[in-house]
Amino acid sequence: MFSGFPLFPEQASTLALGVDGLYFFLVLVTAFFFVAISAALLFFSVKYRRRSPHEWPAEIHGSLMLELAWSIVPFLICVVIFAWGAILFFSMNRPPDNAIEVSVVGKRWMWKLQHMTGQREINELHIPVGRAVKLTLTSEDVIHSFFVPAFRVKKDAVPGRYNVMWFQATKPGRYHLFCAEYCGTQHSRMIGEIIAMEPADFQTWIQGGPAPESPVAAGQKLFAELNCITCHRADSQGRGPVLDGLAGSTVKLLGGGTAVADDTYLRESILVPAAKIVDGYQPIMPTYQGQVSEEGVLHLLAYIQSLKGQAGAAGAAGGNK
Amino acid sequence: MAHAETHAAEAHGHADHAPQSFIWKYVFSKDHKVIGIQYYVTAMFMALIAGLLAMTIRLQLAWPEKTFPSLNFLTKGYTDGVMNPEFYAMLFTMHGTIMVFFVLSTAPVSGFGNMLIPLQVGARDMAFPFLNGLSFWTFLPGCIVILSSFFVGAGAAAGGWTSYPPLSALRSAVPGSEMGQTLWIIGMVFFIASFTMGGLNFVTTILNMRTKGLSMMRMPMTLWAMFLVAVLGLLSFPALTAASLMLLFDRHFGTSFFIPSGLVLSGQVVNHQGGSPLLWQHLFWFLGHPEVYILMLPALGFTSDIMVAFCRKPIFGYKAMVGAMLAISGLSFVVWGHHMFVSGMSPYLGMAFAVGTMLIAVPSAVKTFNWLATLWRSRIIFKTPMLWAMGVVSLFISGGLSGIWLGQTALDIHFHDTYFVVAHFHLIMAGAALFGVFGATAFWFPKMFGRMMNDTLGKIHFWFTFLAYYCTFFPMHYIGLAGHMRRIYDPYQYEFLKNLQPINQFITISAFILGASQILFFINYFWSAFRGEKATDNPWNAAGLEWTTPSPPGHGNWPGEIPEVHRWPFDYSVPGAEKDFVLQTDPAPIGDKAGSH
Ligand code: HEC
Ligand code: HEM
Ligand SMILES: [Cu+2]
Ligand SMILES: [Cu+2]
Repeated sequence: MFSGFPLFPEQASTLALGVDGLYFFLVLVTAFFFVAISAALLFFSVKYRRRSPHEWPAEIHGSLMLELAWSIVPFLICVVIFAWGAILFFSMNRPPDNAIEVSVVGKRWMWKLQHMTGQREINELHIPVGRAVKLTLTSEDVIHSFFVPAFRVKKDAVPGRYNVMWFQATKPGRYHLFCAEYCGTQHSRMIGEIIAMEPADFQTWIQGGPAPESPVAAGQKLFAELNCITCHRADSQGRGPVLDGLAGSTVKLLGGGTAVADDTYLRESILVPAAKIVDGYQPIMPTYQGQVSEEGVLHLLAYIQSLKGQAGAAGAAGGNK
Repeated sequence: MAHAETHAAEAHGHADHAPQSFIWKYVFSKDHKVIGIQYYVTAMFMALIAGLLAMTIRLQLAWPEKTFPSLNFLTKGYTDGVMNPEFYAMLFTMHGTIMVFFVLSTAPVSGFGNMLIPLQVGARDMAFPFLNGLSFWTFLPGCIVILSSFFVGAGAAAGGWTSYPPLSALRSAVPGSEMGQTLWIIGMVFFIASFTMGGLNFVTTILNMRTKGLSMMRMPMTLWAMFLVAVLGLLSFPALTAASLMLLFDRHFGTSFFIPSGLVLSGQVVNHQGGSPLLWQHLFWFLGHPEVYILMLPALGFTSDIMVAFCRKPIFGYKAMVGAMLAISGLSFVVWGHHMFVSGMSPYLGMAFAVGTMLIAVPSAVKTFNWLATLWRSRIIFKTPMLWAMGVVSLFISGGLSGIWLGQTALDIHFHDTYFVVAHFHLIMAGAALFGVFGATAFWFPKMFGRMMNDTLGKIHFWFTFLAYYCTFFPMHYIGLAGHMRRIYDPYQYEFLKNLQPINQFITISAFILGASQILFFINYFWSAFRGEKATDNPWNAAGLEWTTPSPPGHGNWPGEIPEVHRWPFDYSVPGAEKDFVLQTDPAPIGDKAGSH
């Protein structure tokens, strides 16, 4: 009878198990308090109604013991719930090292996704079950939010920033993907699907079709096309700094500050070079705002990240995090 | 003491020059009671509008596939009987904004605060009567600006009541982002200016103008609430003022506080660089969270003060109740990040906000249990105000418990932006505040108009509202759990939400009943104001100082000297007393557990 009205969406990721455990625990705790307190409220309303003006209530002003009891007990319950939630929350925020990486760009009103092997998808994401998938999210216009109810995960795609989320599907199937953050007129039509497949099927899928260009390769090409290469050379003879080993390192800035060269920093360095000038260089780099698409920036980032030491170790993009 | 002097001066200033002409007496009045009623009635009108907006939202969610040609007169909203998606966004944006700021920050705080503070502290008027009048006349243009935005250009603001940029910052993002959003900002700035003037008045009056004998620890809970609300407002609203003006600059003067580099909106390169959309979220919620307590605290205060009068029993654990309010207010400044768990904040920061959020559960539990203990072994009289007070307690429990779920980062990830949140805040913030206002209206009506509200009609109104309120908002928890998001124009575009349509229809019908029941309130309010039974000075046999004034209090509140206070306002059923209450002004050496410590 409840098949049409499930109590919670389907459970299809490793995280969902943990979240639902906490959820059911909270259902029990809050149901208990809800029933107990509401019953007391009702019982008191009936029992202690005044039946004649000559009835006077008992003289009670307070009781330290009682008040301590009902401060400390809720406090302890809260501590337990909090600790449980915190453990889950940290695991949600720590993608495993061997995760498959996918970049996601939200745009009104669609999701554009690309695997590190190069396959592009729109409003659809194919993933293997039993393997963690790490998404790097951004947006090219307003804030969107990547929401997969069956996986119990949600993360905002914020323009100008790269947010990371991960999940691991536990059973094959097609799962809804929504935009949860209101993003304009057609927000409710921003719908997609996650397609979880058996690993073998996934291999077939990803190898099917013409071999696509990987983001690193695309980035390298773009790096040449946009003439970045004229200033940023592999030897230190260019007018701009050497980008090898830059990703993740700490950069000294003009004027004394430092910055960690994370994705957001790199993005800004490309789009608005004047925002932060590297110590020892002239502010001569032109702005690329409006000339590179959000995906283009992601490709450039993948390429810069692959420049680990000399011979660009392609594929290691972002692996140091 | 300085207090006494102020009083003497005030007493003089007012008693001598009560304005005579209609316009100075009732329109540009400086009298706190008139201003209170002006605020209250304006808020009621705004509630009517915001309520109608909510009904239209509900209509759409229940039957998006039906056409309503009769609504075509809303030219911006409907084409051929079908709602335009951008209109839906304007509806929830304006509904939320008006309800939060122009109704439920206004009626309880500016309305009842102005009405009650001088009566409860024992003063002839607020500390700065002119500023008080000015504050109302700043509020009113705010209302007009906000409402007018429906009629200009492409229509009202449509970025949600939270107005997150870049959506709200880029003028071409949604139709409402054109003129509508600018008017939203201007309206909000008017509102905040008015609220700030009121807040200064509240704090000054409560700190400096308490009559002789009224120590802080003898104040009724309502006064504590008003004091804390004013402090919260003064400390948190500046963040929103600043943010709103920065947003205005981003929109019109080319700055980029909130707009990052490299945006491409609908194929068009956006010429801004270097801003951060998350900055807005921090600033907004730095106000936004204290704001929900600005709505809640007065209701909690009303509830305590009403409850003791109808239980005929002193408040249980006064110090703990005051302490809990202080704790809630303090903590409300360090939890704003719980609205941003999915925005990509560092998990360590997220944890800090989660700790604060969980801690708020403790003073909230104290309040609930102390109310229960006040009821325990009392002698309850069920008049309309008491029913509303019980309603507040009930909503505080149901809304508070779902708050524990949402405070759990791991769970909130799933619940965020779903109807679960809509259910939560309508129960605790909207519901408790609304019920508090209804209770306070019935309770203090004699001090507004010198008449009683009709008790039978009041009770009928309560039961309809109470049941319909739960029927409307409780099922929203369930549809939220099932993954129904908020702010979606047509839920049934999603395959798996299709089977929720019957529940949505049930919610909508309940909402219509809820809306219609409010007609009873309007009738009762206006009929009683003119025709109601004449009230005695102290119709409820309550102990508070305000009940020593005539009903309604004249200009200057007390005809003679301002009375001195000898006890707290909770002396009910004191052994040895001849009646079951002892007025705060009674010098008899019995009772008063607070003053004796
Ligand atoms: C005209 C020469 C020039 C061109 C062309 C150029 N850059 Fe630069 N770039 C510089 C200079 C000089 C700096 C250091 C000063 C600064 O921070 O702006 C720099 C800094 C950077 C940095 C930050 C380096 C650090 O150590 O923090 C990155 C990343 C970067 N450029 C990427 C690119 C990319 C990608 C392109 C092509 C799309 C590009 N640059 C094109 C001259 C150039
Ligand atoms: C008359 C009864 C009410 C009904 C039927 C109602 C209904 C609704 C509905 C259905 C939504 C969600 C719209 C959506 O997500 O698409 C909503 C949003 C909201 N409501 Fe109400 N509401 C009522 C009263 C109130 C009150 C008294 C408040 C006062 C605080 C309030 C504050 C809000 C806020 C802040 C939002 C969020 C707006 C946004 O998403 O930007 N509501 N309401
Ligand atoms: Cu969206
Ligand atoms: Cu909050």
